[in-house]
Amino acid sequence: MPPIIEVRQLSKVYASGFQALKPLDLQIDKGEIFALLGPNGAGKTTLISIICGIVNPSSGTVLADGHDVVRDYRAARARIGLVPQELTTDAFETVWNTVSFSRGLFGKAPNPAHIEKVLRDLSLWSKKDNKLITLSGGMKRRVMIAKALSHEPQILFLDEPTAGVDVELRRDMWQMVRGLRETGVTIILTTHYIDEAEEMADRIGVINKGELILVEDKAELMNKLGRKQLSLQLQHPLRAIPPALQAYALELSADGCQLVYSFDAQSEQTGIDGLLRRLAEAGVDFKDLKTSQSSLEDIFVNLVRERA
Amino acid sequence: MNIHGIRAIYLFEMARTRRTLLQSIVSPVISTSLYFVVFGAAIGSHMNGIDGVSYGAFIVPGLVMLSLLTQSISNASFGIYFPKFVGTIYEILSAPVSAFEIVAGYVGAAASKSIILGTIILVTARLFVSFDIAHPLWMLAFLVLTSLTFSLFGFIIGIWADNFEKLQLVPLLIVTPLTFLGGSFYSIHMLPPLWQKVTLFNPVVYLISGFRWSFYGVSDVSLGVSVGMTLMFLTVCLALVWWIFRSGYRLKA
Repeated sequence: MPPIIEVRQLSKVYASGFQALKPLDLQIDKGEIFALLGPNGAGKTTLISIICGIVNPSSGTVLADGHDVVRDYRAARARIGLVPQELTTDAFETVWNTVSFSRGLFGKAPNPAHIEKVLRDLSLWSKKDNKLITLSGGMKRRVMIAKALSHEPQILFLDEPTAGVDVELRRDMWQMVRGLRETGVTIILTTHYIDEAEEMADRIGVINKGELILVEDKAELMNKLGRKQLSLQLQHPLRAIPPALQAYALELSADGCQLVYSFDAQSEQTGIDGLLRRLAEAGVDFKDLKTSQSSLEDIFVNLVRERA
Repeated sequence: MNIHGIRAIYLFEMARTRRTLLQSIVSPVISTSLYFVVFGAAIGSHMNGIDGVSYGAFIVPGLVMLSLLTQSISNASFGIYFPKFVGTIYEILSAPVSAFEIVAGYVGAAASKSIILGTIILVTARLFVSFDIAHPLWMLAFLVLTSLTFSLFGFIIGIWADNFEKLQLVPLLIVTPLTFLGGSFYSIHMLPPLWQKVTLFNPVVYLISGFRWSFYGVSDVSLGVSVGMTLMFLTVCLALVWWIFRSGYRLKA
């Protein structure tokens, strides 16, 4: 199946001379949830803005469902819904009108039944006649999503959807995104909350300083880069790692009370059993032990730091 | 052609007029009425008619033009400036609408408002002074063309402006003076010979002259020149708008 979004050698240099994107390639498959991760100013929003037609690319092409987003913009944009990062709404419009406006703008005939469904799904139905200015921030965010869904897009961009959103709304939003994916919508979200990507995404792209430094299946990524650690709380502090244990990748804490063993979670031989046997032989007693796996956050921080 | 898109923008803008009815329609009507009371009834009754038309009736076309020009510009410029200002322009830019459709929606709505407004002012004027319209079709043509042209001009200003001051600058410093000096309240033949020549550089002269001709059959410059100048200005505005969308000027990074 051809990718629903294909980015080829896309770059962006702003008029100020700032290179927001270095030439990058990216393919997004139909029906997946793709999380674009990166620190502030990494180029996430620029990439999305180019795909959606808000920013002109400096070079390169983007195809959305086979349609060039510049040359064949009508067909491309009709398939795309965008929820931007900023909460920008027409203060004096009602919820119903602003969502209906979006549908028309995207070239679809009025369909009150669909608008009603979108508003109900987003728990906005009771607010349909309220002016936007009277809504809370979370409600406005819902309205922006409703606008993006008003024209039944196949591709949905969520730019920092949960920035400044309370826990409940965040859960709701994740729920909604999963529901949309079930109907076949491809979702691309940017976030700098890593737990969000970890929770939601099928694949993850990490972008930093305008470079796409990694694109991976989430599970694989966590497997590949995820280091496991075994921490041992010692009964008696050690001054140094005993010579018999030199073969293992061990670290001793400064106070000598904790030994940390890092190992590859994927390999058949983790070496834990051997290590524990050697510890007993060396007469090192421990009172507690735990293993932990690095989170996506650790992976991410490491990646970005490495490249910095 | 994205007809639904044009319709959405047009209706959105017309809804804005309804919300701001007082500002959009009522206030120009009141200020125009004041002109009639002061210039038409109070001062005009002491003045001789111009070109065989009573002074009160003489200023009607000029006053309608004054309102058309200022309102077209302010409506259209605000209509496009505001989404830029609050950020909702993202939606227009990301929608499958062409430049032509965006302009048709915004400028169409602004021009419609101006045409409605012009008609209301004419009806209001009729309450103060008596006048006939000699060439109603020409009158309508000038009304529509002027509304369209200056709504386009306003649209351009709205895109060019990156703050509220600039938004007010052109209407205040250029359009209002040009309209007052363009023969709204006098015939240019009443000016000293030198100023008669200078005033011909003022495009508004041609609009008012042609419009007045459609009422009373008398004009400062010939009808052909009036029509030609109006069309020329329309063409210039269209070319500018075309360039704006081609280059993404002040719209896209």
